[in-house]
Parts: sequence; structure tokens; C-alpha cells
Amino acid sequence: MSKFRKVLFVATLLAAGLANAQSTKYVNVGRDATPREVAAWDIDVRPDFKGLPKGSGTVAKGQDIWEAKCAQCHGVFGEATEVFSPLIGGTSADDIKTGHVANLNRKDYPGRTTIMKVATVSTLWDYINRAMPWTAPKSLKPDEVYSVVAYLLSLANVVPEDFTLSDKNISEVQNRMPNRNGMTHEHAMWPGHEFGSKAKPDTANVACMSNCAPEAKVASFLPDFARNAHGNLAEQNRMVGAQHGANTVVPESKAGAPVVAPVAPATPKADNGNKAVIALLGKNGCTACHGVDKKVVGPGFNEVAKKHAGKADYLVGKIKAGGVGVWGQIPMPVQTLNDADAKVIATWIAQGAAK
Amino acid sequence: MKEENINSGRVQKAPENFLDKAGIKKVFAEGKEGRRDFIRSAFAAAAAGAAAPVALAQGNPVPTEGGDPNILNLPEHATNLGQGVATEGYGKPSKYEANLQRRQSPGLTQTTQASVSFAPLQSLFGIVTPSGLHFERHHQGWWDIDPSKHRFMINGMVKTPKVFTMDEIMRLPSVSRFHFIECGANTAVDWGNVAVPTVQYTHGMVSCSEFTGVPLITLLELAGADLKNGKFVLAEGGDGSSMTRTIPMSLITSGEVLVAYGQNGEMLRPENGYPLRLVVPGVQGVSWVKYLRRVEVGDMPYAAKDEAVHYIDLQPSGQHRQYTSIQECKSVVTTPSGGQVLLDKGFYNITGLAWSGKGKIKKVDVSVDGGRNWRQARLETPVLSKALTRFNIDWVWDGKPAIIQSRATDETGFVQPTYKQLRGVRGTRSIYHNNAIQSWLVQENGEVKNVQVS
Repeated sequence: MSKFRKVLFVATLLAAGLANAQSTKYVNVGRDATPREVAAWDIDVRPDFKGLPKGSGTVAKGQDIWEAKCAQCHGVFGEATEVFSPLIGGTSADDIKTGHVANLNRKDYPGRTTIMKVATVSTLWDYINRAMPWTAPKSLKPDEVYSVVAYLLSLANVVPEDFTLSDKNISEVQNRMPNRNGMTHEHAMWPGHEFGSKAKPDTANVACMSNCAPEAKVASFLPDFARNAHGNLAEQNRMVGAQHGANTVVPESKAGAPVVAPVAPATPKADNGNKAVIALLGKNGCTACHGVDKKVVGPGFNEVAKKHAGKADYLVGKIKAGGVGVWGQIPMPVQTLNDADAKVIATWIAQGAAK
Repeated sequence: MKEENINSGRVQKAPENFLDKAGIKKVFAEGKEGRRDFIRSAFAAAAAGAAAPVALAQGNPVPTEGGDPNILNLPEHATNLGQGVATEGYGKPSKYEANLQRRQSPGLTQTTQASVSFAPLQSLFGIVTPSGLHFERHHQGWWDIDPSKHRFMINGMVKTPKVFTMDEIMRLPSVSRFHFIECGANTAVDWGNVAVPTVQYTHGMVSCSEFTGVPLITLLELAGADLKNGKFVLAEGGDGSSMTRTIPMSLITSGEVLVAYGQNGEMLRPENGYPLRLVVPGVQGVSWVKYLRRVEVGDMPYAAKDEAVHYIDLQPSGQHRQYTSIQECKSVVTTPSGGQVLLDKGFYNITGLAWSGKGKIKKVDVSVDGGRNWRQARLETPVLSKALTRFNIDWVWDGKPAIIQSRATDETGFVQPTYKQLRGVRGTRSIYHNNAIQSWLVQENGEVKNVQVS
């Protein structure tokens, strides 16, 4: 680990020494981006609207786009279909005044819509522009994005129905966002000092070792009906090990009953009968020279199958008598296996030599 | 419980339920009709399918015939020629490992393209997550991107905006480091109460890999970034979602943040951002932007969708915490864990994983009585900063109910909190960053359940 620390240390020194300085150490690596390239990719819009393209869009136009491209997932009024979470709902005129969504304080409030959470209108513009519609991201023109954002905001009564949203008035709209004052950076979970956040973690548990807590009582337990809700857990554990998965397809044994061995987990695909033939190949020494699906000394059974498809009788003869010349100059000796085995093997080859 | 009864090798009766319910019903119905052949074949099929586990489940007794048929009858693999080299040009796990899959939690998400799959922690060893079992989180589906056409751009508060090809990024001096990546929403479903049965679904949105790449600071210096005034860096993906997140410059200048292309000795898997992703050690997975196409240096945070609508933590005050990023110290016992069955009384190795977004794990304690008494577990090497750490501890199960917990302490001295402590500050509605101590109840019947204790 000392090496790792050293690397970090050196990197920090480099960083400090080279602040604002352009490194010239790695000659000929990377090139200057052209303005067109930067414009093509630099699409982000910040909360201060840096990066926002000029343009405008009406609520009415937004509704047309919404119904054509967005409503199938998000619902006509942003209330969502069964597929996605609702975007709009849960905010009030009072929230627009205070900048705090009151329903976020209610533990009984069923869900949290996007408009209840989002503090920055730039986020809506940026995200719709970069990632929507779901199956055709980045296909909306800037004016269409303005329109869609305007329509969404009108559904939440942030802007009136006859509103035209533009780069000129979007900062005024920001001042009406229902949860604009709803974010805090007061926590110890940002890995830097840029916010001047507090340094102390939320909790301060102590690593007590004995007689620490009163006897534990189970306070929350998975209901019985949920035991199999994720499928048979026996099939989600390795088939060997200190513990096996519980067979959740059958009811569990009563507490206090002797430990019952679990059912075997799902096994690899069922034998289709070929396993027996392949066993015969082993028993009769065939696999010393022939692979099932590859050449060894002689051709693979797959190759023989291709060449002599459907010719089981011919193959019985060749197996019994051996031969040379069909597949090269290494002879196959006479085989002494019994007729029944030879027929099974020959039929299997003639039918395709499947594993 | 007397000592002689605690014997992991004791003979158990043959299991009664190695046919499933429907199978038993069918066998008995057919049996009444006298179709003995059918019965024999049905049992033979069950036994063939289950040969190894059934034998193991019996606690490995000496069979009445005087020997284990698995020993007495030489198997096919001992008496035949095996397969040749390069049969599989890119090898796969044994077919007997097919139960280990990353899985979705039913009902958690509505589409597969904006969804998560969980890593099977209950069956993994050590600290490295096999790349094919690494948890997934996609926001708009995953892609397999042609690396020869992938570009990485730096702009914003820089002297010269730059573009790099993969060739160029891979020419630069690289570092390889082990780090965990954990979704901020890992264990989210258990914030209020127990909701899912196994550790795969409670904690499976954490994985650990060796990542290889170039420190982002190296690339920022090539562009002449303003490291003094440019306090924030926006990272942006090149896929449909074009995921964006704000990263503090102070973390980047420390040299920890990587622009990574390698994962466990190979390239990143497509599901994990092939060919380029950001690695932000200690910080939640959403900041590890996949298919990384651009970083922008700026002087204020960006309030991107995933830091202004999602990945914000609702507090009891009604305020949302924004830019919560660090994954604080956490641990979980992976076996025995929920949904598993202890096969017998006797010796077990309790094993699990611990990690901290603030550095190395200092120690892990394990309780088998629901947190009243604790013993210090063994930490296995390597113990690395902001990486998963494997712990083990011996345990003899006496057959009585037991509540197993683990509690990690990191090098800052921070001790993993209890649910009570965590909820005391954050309530139950914050979704993200649940690092509370996990409890597994071992019942008398050997089945382990996910529980929470008061």
C-alpha cells in the first residue's frame, strides 16, 4: 500500500505544481477539439443557464409534442401511466410562494413527483434535451424542448396556459419553482470541501463488544407470502456449499423440526438422450480419436455427421470395418464393439451428432 | 444441546422432498395405478438431476453398501479422454454454476432498460466480482460501442479543449487499482422494513473490480484545466441517457479518479461502460459515468437530473440532501444469509464483505445474538482503500435460533450504524445510502431469514 500512497502523493504534488499550466509531457497525445466538435457535444445546461440555447416555446405547442411523443409513458397530464412515475402533482400555489413543497413533510403522502422534488428548472430543460424521448433521445429541437418544459410547468400551475417560455424569461420561472428552496448541502457525504459542508457523519456508533444491547427482538420480518416472491431461492445458490438455497416452492418445515435437507437446485439442462450415446463413445474408446464437435486424430463426429448425414447403415459398416483415405491417411482400425452399440452410435452420427 | 449432538457429520434421513410437490403427487397417483416403471424413471430422473446435492445434503454418511458409489464406481471423467485446449476460445464457468446469475428484483422497476440487476453475493468468494456477474444499472439500455470510434472530450475551463481516441488514452501511463462500486440505492428497499429475501437483493448492487485506466488529472492537465477556479467537473456519458454527474475537483487532483478501460484484466464489459468509464473511488455508482464521452471543467455544480430529481436524500425536515456521494462504511454477512438453509448443526464459517468510501476497513465484528455480544472477525488480505474487504469468523451452530450481524469500522474510526441510529437522523424516506447493520435470523429449521431487530 505504501506504493499506492506514494502514487497519490506524487499525483497531488503534480496537481499543485501544474495548476493552470498545460502539461507538455505527453507529446502527441490528444488533439485540440474543433469548435464544431465542442458545440456538437457540449449540451449541458447549468442552474445559472450557462449552456442554454436561445429559443422559445409555447404551452400549446408543448401539449402537441407531449401528446405525440411523451404521453404514452408519462400520461397526458404528466400523471404517468403504469409504466413510469408521475412527473406532475403534489404541489400548490403556496409552494410556489415559499419554494418548499409542503407535501414533502407529510409521511402519509403516497409518492413524490418530479415537480415536487426538482429545485432547478435547468434540470428539466437539460434532461429532456439530452435523454428524451425515451426511444429517441436528443431528437427534439431547442424550441420543442422549451415547449415541452412550458407545458409541464403549466400542468403544475407554475406558468399560465398561454405562456411562452424562452431563454429570456426562464430565470423568472426559476423563481416560481415549487421546491426551489428544498435542497440542502448540509451533510458529510460530498467528497470535497467545495460546499463548506459539515464534516461530521450523521451517526456515531461505538464498537461495543459485550452485553451491548438488550436482547434482540425481531421487529421486521419478511411476510410468508414473499418468501417465494423472487423465485425459488434453491435455484439462486450454488449447488454445493456450506449452505444451500431454501426450496421456497414448498412450505418451509416447522420451527423446531429436524433440519431438512434442501431440494437440489436447478441442474444443467435435461439430458436429451445424447448423454447415453456419448457415454457409449467413451466406453468403446471412440473419443480417444474423435471429438464430438472437433477433430482429434480422426475427424470430429460433427464433421462425419455432415459428410454422411442420414447414412446410418454405411456408418455401421465403417465403424465395424475401419478404413483409410476418406479423412486422410491415418487409418482407423477395425472396431470390436457389439452390433447394438455400433448401430446406436451410427444412428446418432447420421442424425447430426448432437451433444 | 449436548456436545455429541453437535456433529456436522451425523447421518440424516433421506430427504423427503427431493421431488417437487407436483412430482410427488404424480408419482403417488401413477403408483396407485401400478405403473412401477414410471415411478422408477421419475425417481431416477430426480436422482440423476440431483445426485451431488442429495448426497451432500445427507451429511456425507457412509452408505449401507459400505462405500460411496461416487468413489466405488469410477466416473466417466476418470475413465475417458477429456476435452482439448481452446475448445472454448473464451472460457465460461462450469455448467454446474448456472444458478449464479445477476437477477432483477421483481416489481422494482418497470422496464429492463432503466433498471438494475443484482450480483449474487451469496455465492461469491474473496473480493473480486466476476465481470459477468457485476451488478448492472442502466438508465437507457446498454450498448456495445465500437472502441475505434469512441472519443473522449475535455472542455470548459481549460486552455484548449481536447479530444482523445481510445488509442491515445491507452498510450498514457496507466494505473490499476481495486475499488468497490456501490449504487447509492443499494439496500434501499429495506429502509422502512424488510422487503426482500436474500443478500443478492438487499446488498447486490455492490461489486468490486481491478480497474485499469488513466488518472483523470493527467488528461485535465493535457488540456490545461484551471484547477484553481474549476472546482467542479461534469462527467457525461455517450449513450442515449448521456448520464451526467458533478465530481469535485479536489477528488480529481488527489489522483484517485480514473478514466478506466480495463476491468479484471480484460476490457470493461459492455454492461459496465465499454470502452470507457469514470471510476470515482468511494463515491456511489451513478457518478461512475459509463460510455464516458466528455468532461467539462466548471465553477459551479450542475444539478443534473441524477443529482436534482433522483439520488437526492429526503430528510425528516422535508429538505432533500443534494450531492450526497460518499458511500459510508458498511458490511454484510454473505453466508449464512437470507434464503439459505444450514444443512446441519455444527461448524460453519461466517463470511462476508465490508467496505468504506472513506478508506480502508480497520475491523469487522460479528454477532450471533442480534447485537448483544460481538467477536472480531479475521480480515483476509488484501485490505485496500475503498475496496471490498473479505472477513471470516468461525461459528458452531447449536441448532437454536440465532441472529447474525456484522459491524464494520473504517480507518477514520467510523462505526457502521444500527438501523435505529440511522433512522434517528435520516428517517425512513431517504431511499439512498442505507448502510445500516444487516440482521439474518437463523431459524431452528435451518432456514435463514432477512429480519430487522428493534
